[in-house]
Formats: sequence, C-alpha cells, structure tokens
Amino acid sequence: MPRPPSRELHSLTDVVDTHVSDAHDTGHVTSTGISNEKLAMWIFLGSECLLFGGLISTFLLYKDRTASGPELHDLYDIGFTSISSFVLLMSSLTMVLAVSAVQRGDQRTLRAWLAVTAILGGVFISGQVYEFTEFLNEGLGFTTSPASSAFFTLTGFHGAHVTIGIVMLVSTLVLSLRGRITQKNAEAVEIVGLYWHFVDVVWILVFTIVYLIK
Amino acid sequence: MTDTTTANLADGTDASHDGHDAAAHHGMSDKGYIRIAIILAAITAVEVAWSYLPLWDGATGLKSVIEVGGLLLMMVIKFVVVAAYFMHLKFDDKVLTRLFYSGLLLAVGVYLAALTTFEIWGSSTPGFR
Repeated sequence: MPRPPSRELHSLTDVVDTHVSDAHDTGHVTSTGISNEKLAMWIFLGSECLLFGGLISTFLLYKDRTASGPELHDLYDIGFTSISSFVLLMSSLTMVLAVSAVQRGDQRTLRAWLAVTAILGGVFISGQVYEFTEFLNEGLGFTTSPASSAFFTLTGFHGAHVTIGIVMLVSTLVLSLRGRITQKNAEAVEIVGLYWHFVDVVWILVFTIVYLIK
Repeated sequence: MTDTTTANLADGTDASHDGHDAAAHHGMSDKGYIRIAIILAAITAVEVAWSYLPLWDGATGLKSVIEVGGLLLMMVIKFVVVAAYFMHLKFDDKVLTRLFYSGLLLAVGVYLAALTTFEIWGSSTPGFR
C-alpha cells in the first residue's frame, strides 16, 4: 500500500510551483538571483571598458603629435564642452527618474522622462557635430595629425554610443506607448538605463582626460 | 526541508538575492537622485574652475602633479557616484560591483602597463621607437 506523501514533499511541490510561476512572470530563475539579461549587460559594459580604455590610452600616446596641424588645446572651447557635459550628466538623472517611474508603475512619467532623456542626448550629439565642424573649419581633420586621428576616433566612438543609446531610448518609448513596458518588466528599462549611464561615465573620463588636463 | 530553506528557495536562492524581482522598486527616492545630480553638477563646476586656476600657469613638478591629481580625483568621485547611485550598484547584488570594478581595475592596470612600455611618463614624446 503506498505511503501518503510527506509534509516535506508538499513543501517541495509548493516551491517548484512558485519557481515556475516566477519564471513565467519575470524570466528564468538564476543561481545568482540576477536575471541573465541584466548580467549580460554588465558583462557587455565590462568589455566596453576595454574598448574605451584602449581608445583613451591611444589618445594619451598621440595627443602631442600634432605634426604641422593646430594644437588640440588651442581649439577646445571648454565653456561649450562644459555645457555639453552638464547636459549629458542631467540626462543620467532623467534616465534614473524614468526607471524609478516604471518601477512605481507610473507610465506617463516614464514616457515623459524617456523622451526628455532622448532629447538631452540629441542636444549632446548636436553639440558634438557643431564642435567637429568648427575643428574642420580651423584646419583640424581626421587625418591632419596622429593627435587629431586619436581625438576624432575617441570622441566619435563615444558619439556613436550616444546615438545608439538614443535609438534604444526611443524604442523603449515606443514599446511603452504600445503597452509592452509594464511594472512587471521594469527591468527592461533599467537595462537600457545601465547602457545610458555607462555612456555618461565614459564621458566623465573623456571630459577630464581629453579636455581639462593639458 | 526547513521553513527557512523553503522560503529562501521561493525567493530565488536567498534573501540578499532580490535583484531578480523586476517589479521590485530598489534604489533611492526621486529627491535623492536629484540631490546626487546636484552634487555631480557642482563637482563638474569645481573641475572646470580648478583647470582655469592661474596657479597652474606654466606649472611643473609638484604643482603639475597637484593640478592633474585634483582633476583625476574629482573624475573618479563622479565616476563612482554615477556607478553606485544611478547604475544602482549600491543597491544591487554585490556580485555586480565585484564583476564591474575587478574588470575595470584589471583594464586600467593593463593599459597603464602598456603606456609605461611606450615611455609616456618621460619628458620625451612617447610612442614607438
């Protein structure tokens, strides 16, 4: 005659049920407690550290090799770049406020902050385009000197990252408008936010190392 | 199986691993984030003002070290504050902090070693010989 199931077995079934339910709601349960998507973004950001580390190191090596071209520090408009840096810094604030809004389930505020963040990113990129145009008018092109090549490569790569970030923000905004972003999957916005904040921290390094340190 | 173990498994490993609950609100209040942003903006203003101090005109030796050291210190503070508060490292599972900063420190070490081989610290122009 079969024995009745023990109390422990009932508990185990409850746990499995809970896990399956969680998996359907928020993705797979992982041994670290961190979702695979979030962990993947952090690992990706770690690889980006290596990319920008290489570009910054190259700039440091070549910044004094101006050949017959103009000196970089003679062309910098620190006031203008400071305002650009401030704009990007504030976009990090609006991004974190968007994440906070979606975690509260406040869709209207989420959309507003996502839109403001994308606009601030656009303002930063416009500033970079203006700066590059000014440099070209002053005779500093991509191939003018090793210093100019290193400068345009570093800041250009950063600008490309900001542009990709804007595309991600606009996509998230569209998904939110379609009702695909809810409090349940708020982590999707947080992951986009991680990328955006990373772009900001890279600019913190670039602004000091490239522009402020002579 | 004890009640504690059951509860921990249901949470997803243990009580400290709550980062997987996407719907959970973690972090600071909005006012807290605004305060952090004001601090970051203030540090940026000090950075720019610091770089323009007439004290550094033609600075060499110790003066130059203080000028650059001050800028680098403010840069690192801003970096850490953004990573800790805006990127939520302070509130998330510590494994993310260890993952990010160990990778970052390794990268900085590797690049500093590479720059040293190019004689970047000397007075002559660095690069290939």
